[in-house]
Amino acid sequence: MLRIDEVGRRFPGGTEALRGVSLDVGAGDFVALLGPSGCGKSTLLRLVAGLDAPSAGAITWAARPKPGEIGFVFQDPVLLPWATAGQNVALPLDLTHREADGAVIEALGRVGLADFVHAYPRQLSGGMRMRVSIARALVTRPRVLLLDEPFAALDEFTRNNLQEDLLGLWSSLGCTVLFVTHSIWEACFLARRLVLMTPRPGAVAAIVDNPLPPDAATRLDPAYARFVADVTRAMQSALGGAGRDEVLA
Amino acid sequence: MRGAAAGFGLLVLALWEAAVRFFAVPRYILPGPIAIVQAFVADPLGLLAALGSTLAVTFAALVAAAVLGGGLAMAMASSRMARAAILPWAVALQVTPIVAIAPLIIVWVNDPFASLVVCATIVAFFPVFANTAAGLDAVAPELRELFQLYGAGRWAVLTRLRIPSALPYFLAGLRISGGLALVGAVVAEFVAGSGGFASGLAYRILEAGYRLQVPRMFAALVLLALAGVAINAGLGAFGRWVLRTRGDAA
Repeated sequence: MLRIDEVGRRFPGGTEALRGVSLDVGAGDFVALLGPSGCGKSTLLRLVAGLDAPSAGAITWAARPKPGEIGFVFQDPVLLPWATAGQNVALPLDLTHREADGAVIEALGRVGLADFVHAYPRQLSGGMRMRVSIARALVTRPRVLLLDEPFAALDEFTRNNLQEDLLGLWSSLGCTVLFVTHSIWEACFLARRLVLMTPRPGAVAAIVDNPLPPDAATRLDPAYARFVADVTRAMQSALGGAGRDEVLA
Repeated sequence: MRGAAAGFGLLVLALWEAAVRFFAVPRYILPGPIAIVQAFVADPLGLLAALGSTLAVTFAALVAAAVLGGGLAMAMASSRMARAAILPWAVALQVTPIVAIAPLIIVWVNDPFASLVVCATIVAFFPVFANTAAGLDAVAPELRELFQLYGAGRWAVLTRLRIPSALPYFLAGLRISGGLALVGAVVAEFVAGSGGFASGLAYRILEAGYRLQVPRMFAALVLLALAGVAINAGLGAFGRWVLRTRGDAA
């Protein structure tokens, strides 16, 4: 579905964020990009979204997505403060000239906020705002969902709930998910494939398949802790010295 | 807390009145508060009519500044060429002393009311212009990227994102411009008054000054100060109402 081929990104100031990143993503995959801050995970996500262009290499799609076929969830919910939850979720439909036809209520319903369609962002908690942001990304029924550390700023309880919700949405919608995180626990719980990245300039150090089932019970499974330990060891060797403490924290 | 402010004000007035009486300061040097009130009571309609005239100029200038400042800021936001063309002139207009160009404007613009409005607009224009321009540029980068992701054109970005984002900045600028419009109106009236237009409070101040009616001068000044406070408070309340109605403020 998506091929990232020897992609590099060097910014005008000279900072090299990515070097020689190659990755194949199949339809329906759930891939986590895992690495310390500054290793180019978000840059890679923005390149995939078409929000930035690579300095080297190429990103090719089996079928190039049209506007609305990629959903993006940012680290902060970034909702329009003057618009209700329903209006925020409807925004992608308006911008891509699609009919709503109940899609807004459906998307809000998927994240458990159907009753909050008329609420303004200031009336919602941080977790609820993030749910609205996810509903906004889902409302166009995208083929690809890109999430850039969406749960990093949330408390652990809200984060766990949203992680389980995201797994449920992925199972029911069947879309392809690229999920950026610097939490090994989060990546091991959510993703079916983990892409371990080196510190700047970011490159793929290893790709690890997740043998655990994608459901809430995994959290209490001793195999989960063992898998996290395996990935931690792989990450340690990928990182060498730089960024180790941050990722292993 | 509001009671404390009023109490302090009354205390200051009482001390002022007592000091003027104790030191027997002549009225033409410094009148006491009671003399000022008496001067107002002697001709309330004349002073209030003059205040009405000044406020008419002020509000006309404020509307003109809002339209001109908001419009030019939007033009700047929509094109780099427009920004390069407009910004230096806007700054030049802001740093030019209005007292220096008011006589010219009064000569050029035939209608006295319009000439006063032009002068006051020049003074009031910049805050609303600069604030709106800052607001149009202060959109969260993630929201810009969201619009880009969904293929939004420049017009959609301007009307659906940048202009709504700039509204709080525009309202803050409008509040500053309200006070400046009053200042601009008074300055223009001073210049025009010396040229023979008899209308606003500034003219009344000039007239009272020529006649050494200092308590009347003070009465006019108090009216101006109260008008300034009312404009500021009114525009602040208006801004809060707009944002509350729109939903982005509690």
